[in-house]
Amino acid sequence: MGEDYEPKVVGFCCHYCAYSAADLAGSMRLEYSPNVRIVKLMCTGKVDTLHLLKAFEDGADAAFVAG
Amino acid sequence: MSTINLEINGKPVSVNEGITVLEAARDAGIKIPTLCYHEALSPYGGCRLCTVEITARGRTRMVTSCTYPVEEGLVVTTDSPAVHKVRKMIIELLLARCPDVPILQSLAKEYGVETLRLKKTKHDDCILCGLCVRMCAERMGTSAISFVGRGVDRRVDTPFHVQSDVCRTCGACAFVCPTGAIKLEDITDNTPIPIPSEFDTRLGNRAPIYIPYPQAIPNVPIIDSSKCIHLLTGECKVCESFCKVGAINHGQQDEVVEIEVGSIILTPGFEPFDATIKSEYGYGRMPNVVTSLEFERILSASGPFQGQVLRPSDARHPVKIAWIQCVGSRDETCGRDYCSSVCCMYATKEAIIAKEHASEIEPTIFYNDIRAHGKGFERYYESAKNKFGVRYVKGIVSGIKELQQSKNLILEYSGEEGQKVQEEFEMVVLSVGLVPSASSKDLAEKLSVDIDRFGFCETDELSPNITSRPGIYVAGAFDSPMDIPESVMHASSAACLASQGIAEARGTMVAEKEYPPETDVTGEEPRVGVFVCRCGTNIARVVDVPSVAEYAKSLPNVVYAEEYLYTCSTDTQIKIMDIIKEHNLNRIVVASCSPRTHEPLFQETIREAGLNKFLFEMANIRDQCSWVHATHAQEASEKAKDLVRMAVARVVNLEPLHESPSNIIRKALVIGGGLAGMTAALGIASQGFEAVLVEREGELGGNLRHLYYTLEGQDPQELLSSLMAQIEQEPMIRVYKGAEVSALSGYVGNYETTIKMADGNTERIEHGVVILATGGVEYTPTEYLCGQSEKVMTQVELEERIAKNTLNAKDLKSVVMIQCVGSREEDHMYCSRICCSQAVKNAIKIKDENPDAEVYVLYRDIRTYSMKELKYREARDRGVTFIRFDVERKPEVELVDGRLQVKVFDSILGTDILLQPDILALSAAVRPQPDAMDFSSKLKLPLTQDGFYMEAHLKLRPLDFVNEGMYLCGLAHAPKTISESISQARGAVSRAVTVLSKTHLMVGGVVSVVDEDRCVACLTCVRSCPFNVPRINERGVASIEPAACQGCGICASACPRKAIRLRHYSDDQVMAKTAVLCEE
Repeated sequence: MGEDYEPKVVGFCCHYCAYSAADLAGSMRLEYSPNVRIVKLMCTGKVDTLHLLKAFEDGADAAFVAG
Repeated sequence: MSTINLEINGKPVSVNEGITVLEAARDAGIKIPTLCYHEALSPYGGCRLCTVEITARGRTRMVTSCTYPVEEGLVVTTDSPAVHKVRKMIIELLLARCPDVPILQSLAKEYGVETLRLKKTKHDDCILCGLCVRMCAERMGTSAISFVGRGVDRRVDTPFHVQSDVCRTCGACAFVCPTGAIKLEDITDNTPIPIPSEFDTRLGNRAPIYIPYPQAIPNVPIIDSSKCIHLLTGECKVCESFCKVGAINHGQQDEVVEIEVGSIILTPGFEPFDATIKSEYGYGRMPNVVTSLEFERILSASGPFQGQVLRPSDARHPVKIAWIQCVGSRDETCGRDYCSSVCCMYATKEAIIAKEHASEIEPTIFYNDIRAHGKGFERYYESAKNKFGVRYVKGIVSGIKELQQSKNLILEYSGEEGQKVQEEFEMVVLSVGLVPSASSKDLAEKLSVDIDRFGFCETDELSPNITSRPGIYVAGAFDSPMDIPESVMHASSAACLASQGIAEARGTMVAEKEYPPETDVTGEEPRVGVFVCRCGTNIARVVDVPSVAEYAKSLPNVVYAEEYLYTCSTDTQIKIMDIIKEHNLNRIVVASCSPRTHEPLFQETIREAGLNKFLFEMANIRDQCSWVHATHAQEASEKAKDLVRMAVARVVNLEPLHESPSNIIRKALVIGGGLAGMTAALGIASQGFEAVLVEREGELGGNLRHLYYTLEGQDPQELLSSLMAQIEQEPMIRVYKGAEVSALSGYVGNYETTIKMADGNTERIEHGVVILATGGVEYTPTEYLCGQSEKVMTQVELEERIAKNTLNAKDLKSVVMIQCVGSREEDHMYCSRICCSQAVKNAIKIKDENPDAEVYVLYRDIRTYSMKELKYREARDRGVTFIRFDVERKPEVELVDGRLQVKVFDSILGTDILLQPDILALSAAVRPQPDAMDFSSKLKLPLTQDGFYMEAHLKLRPLDFVNEGMYLCGLAHAPKTISESISQARGAVSRAVTVLSKTHLMVGGVVSVVDEDRCVACLTCVRSCPFNVPRINERGVASIEPAACQGCGICASACPRKAIRLRHYSDDQVMAKTAVLCEE
């Protein structure tokens, strides 16, 4: 990994909590790394191992589930 | 106005006549650096940084874009090497004059100015952009400052270099200065007075234009007319230049609107007690003494210290923090002798949260009695003590002294042995009480509604919510101090009362919206339209919106992509509809803000254009992109493109979903015929719906049958017979006595229940909703000789015996009452809420009948919350003795020669006290129904650790079960008073009517569906569904009722056979997004 290596992170977020929290971070103009791409779900209970593995296969360097 | 066509950086641009090249470029999303330019001021062309290259009439030259108007056929280049060179030179020259100015330093970095070839002339912060001068002259109409001197001596100054007397200290010059060179004190001898933020209390400031608080509805800014320069002087109007949609209207006036209504609900709320009244605590004088509401803001991430626990005097992290309870509560000296009900718990919460923020904090709470009487509060209080190490000190602080140097605070209080103790703290929080808001008195006067001596709305104990004036109801803290769940219940109850009298008018003023028929898109190739929003400058300031729109056009299946100033504006909605038709689009992506707030709006628009509303997806490029990556424009633009690509990939995979109507059986089942159940059944009937009331005992009334007088001296038996008479006469209520619910199945709107009669026969009824009011029981104590001596009885028995004259108070010389029997202990770690008031009630009753009787109440904490405190005070005034004991040293009761002997250790006197009462009354706990466990599993409803029914949300949904269509009230929920049971029952009716008032529910959409061929009936879904929806049907496979499914998809991910699919979030639809994660 070179110096300019920037990981791509996928976040699977619950519509009701974590996704709202990410919106709130926006309203509050907090800053975080622009590497994160959030995928909204109705509930993180819907996250399947398959979704995580597939995300890695598709090139994600890290994935998190928040809900 | 005619349109001008020109070309900027090779891109054709059409703009309105009369604007400048700079404005045209910015509208097209092309960035040009400026220093002396400002939207609200006339162009100046002073800094020359906005220089661009133009070619007009065959001639190419450099001009300042901020002053050059657009011309037909003009060719503009903003980023040629020549332009770059000019800008670099300008930056170099400016930097020689002002080497320390950050904005120039960052421009230097951007334009590659590494070393200064020029000699630094002077260290000046002023770049002579003239923004301040123009702002003062053009917008403020003042000209308090101006340019003086020539050449190298040119500077901004006041006339004769003396402080100006025309300056009105508006601060606009300092505000607009890009370098911070303007110092207001050089211009005027007035000091600007900051505007304190109402929301951040006195800890933060706000601007004259502000959003009152983050949750404000509507969430739009308001102009403070008492501070707005324009409204005060007629000048300024700078805000109008910034608002691109022209939403600002300074001419807006208050309007008087007349509305005809059938009933009124008063909810003016409360204000925190003014802590300056208790001057011994130094609030207002000592910076580190704050109110609890201020501390609440300190703890908040959006608060004045961004959620760090800092003390106001020096912004240092305090370690020792003290809370002082009952500031403005239970205090006759300031005319507030009631208890504010909520402060013990909010102080506990604040202490815990402070500890969670910074573990080194040592919180101490000084209290009179800890009143943790709400549901789940006792456990919370225990965890504060045992898990979080919050220190509770019994006793109220007599005064606070401030140390001059450190601003630390010395608190003086009486210690355990009554000795005077002084202790140093770094910060003090005053737990201020609840006071009716000042304006509510005027309101009450205007409406001719009676208020009590404190200013709270007058209501009757047995008819909560009902004011002195018919048709006007009260809800929330204007009635009396109450916490969140109580306010929610109380408000729902008021809604029930306010609507029952006018139930006939329900729905008569509603206009149904009509939609065009839906286009069938099955089999069609996806034709995606992408609408990228600039959101004014909210997105466009950071994200390169034109390039995102351009990029979207390159994505597969996208046939249309364009940028819009505001995609959510009404005119854009019309445009979206037109474009859907024009380009025959069948799937839509909007890249703008959050789907949480805006998805319904766009779905409505595409539905109006004939598209199924599920053929839609949003890319959140504002809340989750431009707003959080403001300093990373490049990366944010890349991210926005990624998000659009992911949204397009998903929308292509979406399919139309249809919701279908599911009929509602407009009838309610009320389980339990006690006070709550009877009230609920009558409520349902008065709303115009049928109710079935099932009571397993032979007669109605439940615990109410054993109550004979209330704390305020009213007669519950009168209430009982009136309720029974009303039920008997009510044709809409069918009562089953001696009957039990033996089975219940179905879902919201369609339940089927089997009722088992006393004679063994069963009956099946269909209904749309369930109100559970199965009640609770009084604990039968085994301790303190209860059951072994007839001189020992529970409070309910005592009340019954006094009322029935089987016990004459005149014969009693001495009575002892023991509190918390079966409450607040291991295995039953909850407060039974009503027993303190019950003991006070019986003590006063005995004193009424026999003033010479000695009455001793042995207690742990007296919890006479809210107005009940006044009765506690009365009991003490009338000679009832209250002796506090410790749970570790409970009273001991013996029979000595047939006489009761009670030994109690008085922790205040530090000695044992021996009492020989004639009778001993035990304040026995309220327990859940003994069969609650069985019955709840029959209904598939959850119970709390203590065995009471569990609501959907402890604070916000205290009347609902998680299962839709099922509601809760009375003692089944938690211990509560008669008044609270009535209002909770009416509240449950309000909730039930939200379903019953409709003829049908729309069901389907985002729900799980079972592929019956794959299902092997392994029961995984049945077990994993938090809402108990899946069941095994008659075909032996799982089925999921769409009306009951909440769409979480847990079953779908749990299903080992992948037989369940959550519509709209199926695996392929979710993974479509990650599949394109790394494409460019």
